[in-house]
Amino acid sequence: MKDPKIFGLMAEFDNVNDAVVAARQSYSAGYRRMDAYAPFPVEELSEAVGFHRDGVALVCLVGGLLGCTAAYVLQWWINTISYPINIGGRPLHSWPSFIIVSFEMTILFSGLSAVFGMLSLNGLPMPYHPVFNVPRFDLASKDRFFIVIFASDKNYDAVRTRQFLEGLNPISVSEVPS
Amino acid sequence: MARPTEVEIGEQKAPVIQPGHSFATITDKVASIVLRRPITNGWLFGFVLCFLILQWFLLAVCWLFYRGVGVWGVNIPIGWGFAIVNFVWWIGIGHAGTLISAILLLLRQAWRNSINRFAEAMTLFAVACAGMFPLLHLGRPWLFYWLFPYSNTMTYWPNFRSPLVWDVFAVSTYLTISLVFWYVGLIPDMASLRDQATNKIVRVAYGLLSMGWRNSVRHWHRYETAYLLLAGLATPLVLSVHTVVSFDFSIGIVPGWHTTIFPPYFVAGAIYSGFAMVLVLAIPIRKFYNIEDFITDRHIENSAMVMLATGWIVAYGYAIEAFVNWYGGDPYETFLRWNRLHGPYAWSYYLLLFTNLVVPQVLWVRRIRTNPFWLFLVSLDVLVGMWLERFVIVIVSLTRDFVPSSFGQYYPTWNDWSILLGTLGFFAAGMYLFLRLLPAVSISELKTLIPQAEVTVAHAEEVHEL
Repeated sequence: MKDPKIFGLMAEFDNVNDAVVAARQSYSAGYRRMDAYAPFPVEELSEAVGFHRDGVALVCLVGGLLGCTAAYVLQWWINTISYPINIGGRPLHSWPSFIIVSFEMTILFSGLSAVFGMLSLNGLPMPYHPVFNVPRFDLASKDRFFIVIFASDKNYDAVRTRQFLEGLNPISVSEVPS
Repeated sequence: MARPTEVEIGEQKAPVIQPGHSFATITDKVASIVLRRPITNGWLFGFVLCFLILQWFLLAVCWLFYRGVGVWGVNIPIGWGFAIVNFVWWIGIGHAGTLISAILLLLRQAWRNSINRFAEAMTLFAVACAGMFPLLHLGRPWLFYWLFPYSNTMTYWPNFRSPLVWDVFAVSTYLTISLVFWYVGLIPDMASLRDQATNKIVRVAYGLLSMGWRNSVRHWHRYETAYLLLAGLATPLVLSVHTVVSFDFSIGIVPGWHTTIFPPYFVAGAIYSGFAMVLVLAIPIRKFYNIEDFITDRHIENSAMVMLATGWIVAYGYAIEAFVNWYGGDPYETFLRWNRLHGPYAWSYYLLLFTNLVVPQVLWVRRIRTNPFWLFLVSLDVLVGMWLERFVIVIVSLTRDFVPSSFGQYYPTWNDWSILLGTLGFFAAGMYLFLRLLPAVSISELKTLIPQAEVTVAHAEEVHEL
């Protein structure tokens, strides 16, 4: 019943509302392994496919804390242990002057963590993906919205899933070769 | 990115995007500039001219490296000449790009969506120009990595109590974060270009640059979080960068530098000159590339109003400087005030007041704010004015410090002027290439501005409760 040459079924929509309704109905019909594609961020659409939380903020927080700690500890260690210089009896651990570099490193590390965290959680760079096998998918970056139900979903059935998608008012439904 | 739920079309205000656009026309219009528009003679002339200036810059730099910083007009007591003036000027120009892309995003100013991309590119090239000056000024620029803390056989470390080391961290962080912010914004648009391209090589190139972006809503979700976080991080960063630049001066004890007004006054001045540069770029770009639909009169007028407002913050800074010179009663500060008004460089101070305070007041007139030609001229005037401000701060204070035996005069040389001109060539050549190779307006962010992007179906809560 499940064909290993097929990645899933793709339905194409020409407006955002149809796509959101279709995604919600697919989710209520029990489909979980699916994804939606839109030319711009649509919060309702990612909610509809059951995606609510991403880990980017957490990665960013951890990166920022690391950057801050590393920068401060480095400055403290340099000025008090590795390279102490007594200038007029002033304290070696002069923390106010360490604030700026610690701050800048917090920003640098959290910013880079947010970006690389986002890319790695998204699995990018990934130059090849089965959805690109459908010629009309080029329009996903232009003006069309797509919903793909993966063949790996436990409720997937080549015939019934196609019938289900065709009932959602799409422009077209096509197979995604893997 | 903060998606505005409605496009604000006031009775008086021009719309942020001309009505009648669909998702497809936005993609076509922006992508066609890169993919289908032939190279025009105007572009070629401008690019070649800037490229030649860049070659002149390289010659000047070669001569500088060969002979050393003695080819500049700097000498004790004026150890900081054009290099620092230009450094502060360029980095200030960069700040408007971050303000537009980060701060206005957080403030949900929908109009920023069509000007943020090229403003960010402007930031990158401006910071690159700025970064060159301290490096060229090092004397032994090949040892630039001594500025960073790394374990070395000399068992030495940078002095973390020095504002110059803070500057290294602030500027390099700023450059890095600006670069990733810009690149992250470009990823979905490069995927659009990939999908629009008909030429195979172009398609593969944009495909690689877009990292295989496939517009998945899960990806968009994480993308938006990362973009918003970057905006939130870039906001304090941009304020800190010019604050740290002002610390280079205000931590010192030289008359005219040792003042607490410097950080806010520098940040306001940076945004002032930055918006002037945004207008100097936006006015010709929207005309020659026919994108007045996306960069409308609304953008032009809003930028002019930001300039007027920040110009007044700068004016407040000048007033407080003068007040403290008098009220503080310090004889050196009193002398500084006299020197600025009557000394050998008085011309620069009066010219500064004229260009930075007097001329921009024409922006109170709405007809001038909405007239691209006059606005272009006022912006050029502000750019000159803000350069003069840094000239006054650096040169006037250093030529007259505490004792007459260490007074001096500063005369910039041909090499000083060539390098200033050369960075302008570098900046403009970079912008010319950017316009042809990358989408100058954010395609995906523009799409969120049109009514079709709005989800109007009711949210079915019960769906999620299954």
